[in-house]
Amino acid sequence: MPELLDLWISSLPRLLGATIRTTVPLSLISFAIALVIAVITALLRLYGPAPLKAVAWLYVWVFRGTPLVVQLFIVFFGLPNVGIVFSSFTAAVVTLALNTGAYASEAVRASLLSIPRGQFEAAQTLNLSRATTLRRVVAPQAFRIVLPPLTNDFIDLVKGTSLVFAITITDVFQVGRQIAAANYEPLIMYTLVALIYLVIVSLLSILQGVLERKVSVHVRSS
Amino acid sequence: MSAAADRPAAGRTAGAPLRLTGIRKTFGELVALDGVDLEVPRGTTTVLLGPSGSGKSTLLRCINLLETPDAGRIDLGDGPVDLGGILPRRTVRQVRSRSTMVFQQFNLFPHLTALGNVALAPVHARGLSRSAADELARGLLAKVGLAEKADAYPDRLSGGQQQRVAIARALAMDPDFLLFDEPTSALDPELAAEVVAVLADLAAEDRTLVVVTHSLAFARRVADRVVFLEDGRIVQDGSPQDFFESEDPRLRRFRDVVGSV
Repeated sequence: MPELLDLWISSLPRLLGATIRTTVPLSLISFAIALVIAVITALLRLYGPAPLKAVAWLYVWVFRGTPLVVQLFIVFFGLPNVGIVFSSFTAAVVTLALNTGAYASEAVRASLLSIPRGQFEAAQTLNLSRATTLRRVVAPQAFRIVLPPLTNDFIDLVKGTSLVFAITITDVFQVGRQIAAANYEPLIMYTLVALIYLVIVSLLSILQGVLERKVSVHVRSS
Repeated sequence: MSAAADRPAAGRTAGAPLRLTGIRKTFGELVALDGVDLEVPRGTTTVLLGPSGSGKSTLLRCINLLETPDAGRIDLGDGPVDLGGILPRRTVRQVRSRSTMVFQQFNLFPHLTALGNVALAPVHARGLSRSAADELARGLLAKVGLAEKADAYPDRLSGGQQQRVAIARALAMDPDFLLFDEPTSALDPELAAEVVAVLADLAAEDRTLVVVTHSLAFARRVADRVVFLEDGRIVQDGSPQDFFESEDPRLRRFRDVVGSV
C-alpha cells in the first residue's frame, strides 16, 4: 500500500502537468469552437436556404458517421498530402471541434425545436424580427434545454482528447503510458489517469448543476 | 407624450376601417375560409362566433398574417394589399404592425418578468428607449390592474393575470386593431371574469376589438356587432340583438348548444 501511494505521488506532478498544459486547453479551445459550429449548423439546418441546409446535413452526417481517431489521422497525417499541414495541436483542435460540433448541433437543433409554436407566434404578432426573436425569445429558453445534452458532448470531448496521443501529442494519457512503460505498473498508472479524467468530468457536472439552477428558476415545463 | 396608450379616446375612432375581401384559406383538402368579406369600423367591438372549425380563428389570424391566405385582399386604410402568394417580409411587417393578437394560451415569454414581457417589443420592434418602454409597460400593467406584479415571472401569475399581462403586451404595440383568439377559453370562470372586465374597459375606450369567443355572455355584454361563421362563410353579420333573435336554424342550434354549456 505505501508503495502504491509513493508511485502515485511521484508520478502525479508529470500527469497533472500534461493535464494542465495539454488536455484542459485542448478541451476548452475545441469546445468553444464546437459551440460556434453547432449553433451555426443547427440554424442552417432549420432556417437556412436549401443548399446550405444540405451542406450542414452533409457535415453532420460525415463527422458523426466516422470514428474520431480516423478523423484525427486524416487531418494530421492525410491532409499534408494535399498541402494542408497543421501542427499536431492545431490538427487536434480542428478535428475535435468539428467532431463535437456535429454532435452538439443536433442538441442545439433539438432545443430550438422544443420551443412551443406559441412563443414564435407571440414574437410574430409583436412584430419582432427573426434575429430578435432568436436572441430575445428563443435562445434564453433553448439554453436551458440544451444544457444537459451539451454537457454530455463536452464530457465526450474531454475523454476524446485521450486519442490525440495517436497524433504525437503528449497529453495526460500519453504521459501515463510513458510512465507505465518505465515502471511496469500499468494498472496503477492507468487508474490514476482515469481518476484525473473523472475529476475533470465531475467539475463539469457540478458546473452544469450550477448553470441549470440559474436558468431554470422561472421556467417550469408547461 | 409618455405613453401612446394615453392617447385621447376620440382619436381612436378616427381612421379607416379594416377591410378584408375575398379571403380564402385552405389546409390541404379542408377549406377553412371560402371567400370571406369583412369590414371592421374603428372604435367598434366585433365578436366572431361559430362552431368549431367554422373558420373564425383562421379569419382572425389572417388579419395579423399569422396565417397567410391563399387569396384575398386586406385594406388597412392605405390601399389594398393582395395577400395571395408569398409576401415580401416588409409587407408582412407593415400589415402586422397595424394589429396585435392576444392568444388563448397567453403565450407569455416565461423567461421574462411581466414588465419584461410588455417592454420587449416596444424596444425591439418600435424602437423606444429602454426607459420609455419600461414607463409605457408600467402604465399598461397598471391599466390591467397588475402594477404590483411588474417584477413577477409568468409562472408566479394566475391564468387570468397572465392573460392580462398578455393584453398589456399587445397594447404596448399601440395597434389600431386588437385581436383576441378565445381569450378566456383556457381560464376558470372566476379568472375569465377579470379578463372580460379588462376587455369591456378597452371596448368602452372606443378601441377597435375583434374577438373570437364561445362566450355568448361576452357577445351580449360587450359586442357592438356579431359575425357568425359556419363552414368558412359568414352566415350572419349584424347587431348582437339580430344574432340572439335570429330564427335561422343554424344560429338557433349554435345558441342552444353553446348556451347550454
